[in-house]
Amino acid sequence: MLALMSPWIVGFLVFIAYPLVMSVYLSFTHYDLLNAPRWIGTANYRYMFGADDQIWPAIRNTLWIIVVGVPLQVLFAFGISVMLTRAKHGVGFFRTVFYLPALAPPVAAALGFVYLLNPATGPVNTLLGHLGINGPLWFNDPAWAKPSLVLLSLWGVGNTMVIFLAAVLDVPRHLYESAELDGAGPLQRMRWVTLPSISPVILFAVVLGVIQGLQYFTQAYVAATVAAGQASQAGGTSNLELGYPQGSTLFYPILLYYHGFKYFDMGYAAAMALVLLGVSFAVTLVILVNSRRWVHYGGAVR
Amino acid sequence: MSAVAAPLERRRPPRAVRRRRFLIAVADHSLLIAAAAAFLAPVVFIALTALMTNDQALSAHLWPHPFRWSNFKEAISTAPLLRWTLNTLIYAALATIGILVSSIPVAYALAKLRWRGRNAVMLVVLVALMLPPQVSVVPLYVMWAKLGNAVGFHFVGSLWPLIIPAWLGDAFSIFLLRQFFMTIPEEYLDAARVDGCGELRILTTVVLRLAKPAIAAVALFSVLYTFNDFFLPLLYLSDNPSSWVVSLGLSQYRSLHQVQWNLTMAATLLVMAPVIVVFFLAQRAFVEGVTLTGVKG
Repeated sequence: MLALMSPWIVGFLVFIAYPLVMSVYLSFTHYDLLNAPRWIGTANYRYMFGADDQIWPAIRNTLWIIVVGVPLQVLFAFGISVMLTRAKHGVGFFRTVFYLPALAPPVAAALGFVYLLNPATGPVNTLLGHLGINGPLWFNDPAWAKPSLVLLSLWGVGNTMVIFLAAVLDVPRHLYESAELDGAGPLQRMRWVTLPSISPVILFAVVLGVIQGLQYFTQAYVAATVAAGQASQAGGTSNLELGYPQGSTLFYPILLYYHGFKYFDMGYAAAMALVLLGVSFAVTLVILVNSRRWVHYGGAVR
Repeated sequence: MSAVAAPLERRRPPRAVRRRRFLIAVADHSLLIAAAAAFLAPVVFIALTALMTNDQALSAHLWPHPFRWSNFKEAISTAPLLRWTLNTLIYAALATIGILVSSIPVAYALAKLRWRGRNAVMLVVLVALMLPPQVSVVPLYVMWAKLGNAVGFHFVGSLWPLIIPAWLGDAFSIFLLRQFFMTIPEEYLDAARVDGCGELRILTTVVLRLAKPAIAAVALFSVLYTFNDFFLPLLYLSDNPSSWVVSLGLSQYRSLHQVQWNLTMAATLLVMAPVIVVFFLAQRAFVEGVTLTGVKG
């Protein structure tokens, strides 16, 4: 047993336990990697919640992307999977089409979307122009940058969709039949049979979505840097600003990255990481506890 | 005759109902087709742009004229795309082998062996699974930087900080494999035990053979994860372009090439292509793996 477990025990000690303990220590220090860590007590935490004028925008943006993005992803994945179960022809083809974008490497997908949504020459605004609509500035407009990121996440909703599809197909047929006998219409059957039956999977998708939202980095970082480069080409800002445009895509993990690995303020980055960890656990716990009211684990099978 | 025909006649729904069903089916499918078109459109436009001249890509034209196939060649030759690919392959291969070698025994011990503290360890694995990567990243970066100074080898700037942890167990893979190992009937293992097999022998013969689909899924996820990984390469490799992987290189591609959207889209397409090829080669392992994570949780 011990022989089988030993690689993981070492891995756990070095790559999980040690960093956690070290984070706690570093978060009470000022440390720039060059000079030895200097103990500064709770100064990092006091600065975070008192003086750092970037942290609240970063928290607000992160909340926005979770509160708007996750429900949309769940709805979207659910809608597509229901559509797929109703179809009689070409289900395999459609399923593949909806799933594939989820596999697109995040950097490639973000790059592609910045081009597609390019305000001046992108295909989307060109098409909108043909319809007589003046398209928005998308990734270059503070009001539209986050919705553009949500669009990108909806395009990659395939994983959730596959899980929902399996769950919807798993709903016992006799439940629908008895509901129909009781005179339930299609919408009522959806509300009182399908939704309760797949509620564990919805919970799974929500928890996963929230956790990923709290760690949201790659797409936002790539989209912001690429879109910003584009603007500086056009004679705008020359230096990369945090969370381009105008801090609208400054998410918590991006701010953490800048503090840790651009400004090399390791102590402050460690403090931010610990707060993120605490929030992740708290939010997950709240969702799980709350879920008892709406998640039904049907039968004794589970 | 009519006695036989009548029940058949009755079973067939009236014309109005059939008509309605047909219309509903048409509506269902047209919705699906519209949604599918929306999902395909981004790739189609990326591909069309990848075939345009630079002037065209900056114009309002959506269809390339003429088709400029040489963009792909140019996209490869103007940036060290092959070097990035090689680095990515090294990262993906070494990390995936490491994850399999280290995670399979752990998953087996957690699923099929009885020992004290097993449930506690399982809980720790689940907590590790939930841990945001941002939490451990700061001390680990410090660790690799210091270790590098101590032994005189620059770990920061090399692929090793990304590969070595994979050889010491990966929580997600352990969890997924454990879920699958749980479904292996105890009788098979007991039969092998009666024949005098040790646990390691049972693992390498019986379990590995039975768990092929799950192992394939884990390997697949690991390859995909490494191919897509951006955060860790950005941290460790940024300052050393010779060790860049594809994801990092692609994110810098446009600053290397100014406004050349057509070449950037050609490179983007080249980066998406292997994933799509892998998907079609290993479709079943994919679907099985995805449902294994979600449904049997």
